[in-house]
Amino acid sequence: MKFLCVECDQVMEFSERTVPGDGTMAAVFRCPACAREMALLTNPMETRMVSDLGIRVGGRTVPAEPMELVRSTLETGGDAFAEDPPATPGTVRWSDPARERLQSVPSFVRGMVKRIYGEWAVERGIAEITPELMDRARAELGLEGM
Amino acid sequence: MTRRIRTYREVTDPAGEDVVAQVVAQRGRVDARLARIGRVVLVASGKGGVGKSAVTANLAAALAARGLAVGALDADLHGPSLARMLGARGPLLMGSNGVRPAAGAGGVRVMSMDLLLEADDAPVRWRGETADRGVLERSALRELLADTAWGELDALLVDLPPGTDRIERALELVPEPSVVLVVTTPSVAAGGVVARSLRALATAGAPVGLVANMSHFACPSCGEVEPLWSGDAVEDLARRTGTAVWAGIPFEPALAAETDAGRPPGGSSAGPPSPAGRAIDALAERVAGLPRRPGSGEAADP
Repeated sequence: MKFLCVECDQVMEFSERTVPGDGTMAAVFRCPACAREMALLTNPMETRMVSDLGIRVGGRTVPAEPMELVRSTLETGGDAFAEDPPATPGTVRWSDPARERLQSVPSFVRGMVKRIYGEWAVERGIAEITPELMDRARAELGLEGM
Repeated sequence: MTRRIRTYREVTDPAGEDVVAQVVAQRGRVDARLARIGRVVLVASGKGGVGKSAVTANLAAALAARGLAVGALDADLHGPSLARMLGARGPLLMGSNGVRPAAGAGGVRVMSMDLLLEADDAPVRWRGETADRGVLERSALRELLADTAWGELDALLVDLPPGTDRIERALELVPEPSVVLVVTTPSVAAGGVVARSLRALATAGAPVGLVANMSHFACPSCGEVEPLWSGDAVEDLARRTGTAVWAGIPFEPALAAETDAGRPPGGSSAGPPSPAGRAIDALAERVAGLPRRPGSGEAADP
């Protein structure tokens, strides 16, 4: 799928993606020459089709997580995955409020989300994750709704 | 005047090609896993109920008993049974290099949807409406193969669900298997369905071996082996399709019960010699003798 700005004969570039939570998706593309923007709106079926292929429209902001499709779409999966103890030094603590906030994440992706935040914190030498740091990580990593 | 708009193929700018890059990356993850696996054996059949999973579990146990590093992937997403037959349990550990497979009988590394379900009797149900179930299942199977940290393996056995279309899908994922073991029973009805699978495999050019499961009945009291079916439908099928018969495994109640209980005896090395055990041992020897896939190293880190 490519978007061409007819006026400029330029391929439009992906700009941002919005997932409102009702199964639909909006992806904004921008012409690099004239800055004109257009939005690709997909219905739940189309959004799901792309998701089932393991594809992110506009590219990925974070690398694919192991079994992310199975973990996020298997309804009858319980807490099937446990975190492997970190093999490298550099562990991170979770403050009680951050831990509480993590509980609001659906159980089937909680482990994955925790790991993403943890790796983000370790990379920056952060010893303890707080809700404020979770906000910062979410903005940097583009983790909508996590 | 009609405007001249460049066509899709004329637009060669890299922007917008991220989808292609993502698909290439997915394939790359599969290839990276396969590169560390010496032999990939697909266990398939056009027909259900012929004992594919039991053959897979016992073959895996027999290969492991020979000292090989063995993995077993249950590709039957909706009717998984391999983990139970191999006595493997969750939870699965999420490591930095992927999901660690569960340990099954004889140290066989197991991955199955069974291990992801909240209860033994929980059905496999997906969230939300999916436009095409086949797309979802393909992606899920790709993840089970590519995102499992198998490590170095001498052999990976892939237990496929019944259906010729499933064999074709598996060949998209593993284009060059070491062999496809097509399991059948000596029933004429099963043979007719399995013949379609063999034809599809011949078209794909995949190496094939027939496994006649439940070919005979081994009496637990006297050890006498009697035919379970009249006629010789498997030999007939082999002749008609030009396929070699790799094994004829008699039905043996004790072996079936042990396999059901998650303790597949594998070959006869795990217990007193029996006709079924000897047949499985011979099959394991043949699989172990298959050449390693080009580029795969010797297994080193079990």
